[in-house]
Amino acid sequence: MSDVIVPLTQKKDWMSDQEVRWCPGCGDYGILQAVQTLMPDLGVAPENTVFISGIGCSSRFPYYMNTYGMHSIHGRAPAIATGVAVARPDLDVWVITGDGDALSIGGNHLIHALRRNVNLTILLFNNRIYGLTKGQYSPTSEEGKVTKSTPMGSIDHPFNPLAVALGAEASFVARTHDLDRKHMMNVFRAAHDHQGASFVEIYQNCNVFNDAAFDGVTGKHHRAEMMIDLVHGEPIRFGPEKEHGVMMGSDGQLRIVDVIEAGVDNLLVHDAHREDPGLAFALARLSHDDHSPTPFGIFRDVHRPDYGSQVAAQVMQAGEKKGPGSLGDLLRSNGTWTIG
Amino acid sequence: MTDTVERSSRQPEQISHVVVRFAGDSGDGMQLTGDRFTSVSALFGNDLSTFPDYPAEIRAPAGTVNGVSSFQVHISDHDITTPGDSPNVLVAMNAAALKADIHRLEQNGLLIVNSDAFEARDLEKADYTSNPLTDGSLSNYRVVEVPMTTLTQAAAEPLGVKPRDAERSKNFFALGMVSWLYSRPIEPTIAWIEGRFKDLVKEANLAAFKAGYNFGETSELFDHPYMVPPSDTSPGEYTNITGNTALAWGLVAAGQLSKLPVFLGSYPITPASDILHELSKHKNFGVRTLQAEDEIAAAGMALGAAFAGHLGVTTTSGPGVALKSETTSLAVSLELPFVLVDIQRGGPSTGLPTKTEAADLNIAMYGRHGEAPLPIVAAYSPANCFDAAIEAARIALKYRTPVILLSDGYLANGSEPWKIPDPATLPDISVPFATAKNHVNEDGTEEYWPYLRDPETLARPWAIPGTPGLMHRVGGIEKEDGRGDISYTPANHTKMVHLRADKIAGIAKDIPEAKVMGDADADVVLLGWGSTWAAIDAAVQRTRRAGTKVGWIHLTHLNPLPPNLGDLLRSFRHVLVPELNMGQLCRIVRAEFLVDAKPVTKVQGLPFSSAELEAAIQEVLK
Ligand code: SF4
Repeated sequence: MSDVIVPLTQKKDWMSDQEVRWCPGCGDYGILQAVQTLMPDLGVAPENTVFISGIGCSSRFPYYMNTYGMHSIHGRAPAIATGVAVARPDLDVWVITGDGDALSIGGNHLIHALRRNVNLTILLFNNRIYGLTKGQYSPTSEEGKVTKSTPMGSIDHPFNPLAVALGAEASFVARTHDLDRKHMMNVFRAAHDHQGASFVEIYQNCNVFNDAAFDGVTGKHHRAEMMIDLVHGEPIRFGPEKEHGVMMGSDGQLRIVDVIEAGVDNLLVHDAHREDPGLAFALARLSHDDHSPTPFGIFRDVHRPDYGSQVAAQVMQAGEKKGPGSLGDLLRSNGTWTIG
Repeated sequence: MTDTVERSSRQPEQISHVVVRFAGDSGDGMQLTGDRFTSVSALFGNDLSTFPDYPAEIRAPAGTVNGVSSFQVHISDHDITTPGDSPNVLVAMNAAALKADIHRLEQNGLLIVNSDAFEARDLEKADYTSNPLTDGSLSNYRVVEVPMTTLTQAAAEPLGVKPRDAERSKNFFALGMVSWLYSRPIEPTIAWIEGRFKDLVKEANLAAFKAGYNFGETSELFDHPYMVPPSDTSPGEYTNITGNTALAWGLVAAGQLSKLPVFLGSYPITPASDILHELSKHKNFGVRTLQAEDEIAAAGMALGAAFAGHLGVTTTSGPGVALKSETTSLAVSLELPFVLVDIQRGGPSTGLPTKTEAADLNIAMYGRHGEAPLPIVAAYSPANCFDAAIEAARIALKYRTPVILLSDGYLANGSEPWKIPDPATLPDISVPFATAKNHVNEDGTEEYWPYLRDPETLARPWAIPGTPGLMHRVGGIEKEDGRGDISYTPANHTKMVHLRADKIAGIAKDIPEAKVMGDADADVVLLGWGSTWAAIDAAVQRTRRAGTKVGWIHLTHLNPLPPNLGDLLRSFRHVLVPELNMGQLCRIVRAEFLVDAKPVTKVQGLPFSSAELEAAIQEVLK
């Protein structure tokens, strides 16, 4: 494949002629911009790219991409995309989903696509609310949240999307947010380049039904204190002066420490390629609310054979072993007798 | 032990057909026994039809009526379609089997019992208060008591097999005895045992089989053996095939005939799982099978594969059809080809998972939200499942629509001899993918319109990912006819609902006309679909032989219906619709054609007997 010259594309080649219709100010616009800007850099062609979505605000996304696309059924995008990716390993398949779509109605499909390691790039727009249905709490809404369906406050314990993905042993897990196009592009590029299932949680602001949900972390005045940038092979440090760090205590718990006090050498060095997902899981659970230091970037990026390639390999193997199928032979394979 | 097998010295009596039912505990290997007897008879050239009858419980307590597993086989020297109403011979391996199946045996029928399995505790487990072998309750049957367990143990003893282990071979003793009784060749079974088993088990089974055969010959318990000569069916090469195997092979064939890879998304469910098992063996045909996380995902994967240009298939039974409903509706809206196979079973809910019923016609017709019509094809015999699968795929591909293919537990597990078709005579069902833009704008620029229809079939073009220049988006939201962009306008929705309905209705021009079998000038016609074929065929033959005229129409396409069906039905005074449900097709034809059709229903988890249908015909003519 390497000597095929992929036609150079520009951002406009990836934009469909459809008018983009999210609420003004919605975080989805920034994500769409990031993806459309990134696509020409990936060296792939629009005709070999497929976007599959479920239902929800974010799931309108495929209509705006000048690629093949399907706006499917609530929660089912990972299953439908699995069909596309396994049938056609030559395609670049993206899944666009939200917190309700992927973690509530479609939770089963998400974890199974991840455990099978289907070659999909899954972007989960997490806005912690149901936007399209106008404001009910979602499986990532915090406890106590008052919404239309929880007037006395939600009593549901929320999902931590990254912990769910890591629990399913997803081979690529990352987090980014809608306010930083460059960060998004870097994460999306790595997710795309990863062979197998890539899972990216995007903190996305729904300014209509759950405005400023992530402000305490990604807001201008909080970023420096609250966002922990994960860099593979580097000690995990953050803060305006990189004065904070993450260390593993003697009890195995991760803790936020003062770098001077703890000593740089004692900080946890981020290893995204670590086979065991335990540390990534611990990092995913470092922050328990939206006012604590929260890691961003690539939590896990390990190699595991992807599903579609393995299916293709079995098909090839069967062909080599048995020869191309002959219908005449098949119909005689259970024993025959002849009359006359 | 006798090493050799004595050839029968007594002359066999020639009979035209016989129905034998093997019944025993689930652990007794009755399915295997019945299957062997069937295979040998098939090789011998008889026509045949089989009916395996399993217990619903995976492991009901041994020796109880709930744990009884039976296999009924009808062998004949002429063309037959049913496994027979009442067996002529019942082989009961224990008291529970006798209790479960004795009511099926014909009056004065031959009852062969394993007399070793009628001890006090056997009787107690089978809920007998007195021993039926001694209390006179079997006086209407010709009872032959054979201590099969003891005789099998004795045969295996010289090999050093422990009595407990030897007992497991007693089904081969029974098979040997019945093989003698019906003059079956023994070589194929011996060769089969040698290939299938190893070491001591093989030796014990061989010894039991030969001992059973010799016992028939020497014991004088039976007067003389019988012989069912080969049938005079048309010359050709035959194989014995079950409905599920035929259906799986039909899907493989459909892939070849459409030149598309078959993609099966499936979730295990009785009685459909064997199709998944069978298809997963044929990857060298480019078949991809994916055991999904659930029924919904299985349908979604098949639909995704269809979008990507494969022949998408999902297989299930009733409860799975319900779960796949939303995906099927999406496929109706996307107008993508996709075959949903429903091997019907007794319902609702878990119902009778191992028993047959054909009560999913309503869910196939109406079980989607919104106006979502789709074509329905129904197989009528085990071997016909092959053709039905190809036909379902043909319609799906040509009209870019989901198609529901109905089979049932009776067809799935039943078998019949099938004259192997020459693959060169099978239809070409390939359809072209779109490769070029199909619309020119006023300014001369070209576009690809995913919903620009073929004026003849009303099918939309199918452009698959990877095709340069034809990138497009499809979705569940209503789209504008032609362009395919999202459209909420009232007039467009009306137009699209009608177009989708007209497309399906138009398939009526592309399916065989309904035809009357039997007497076209009769007063009564039977309208059948699906697996009732066998019982209707036998009932119609018997009624006509008895001098009463009767017509019969059997539908293979349930939506749309053949265009001439209404006129045909109206030409009869009485229309009877036998169905293994509460009258689902009957209501459809009444609504569709305003004919006074009458339902003949049965919902026992069992197929119709031809006698039941014969009685229904006589009743309406009274
Ligand atoms: S409801 Fe919220 S998530 Fe949906 S488009 Fe509007 S702002 Fe965006």
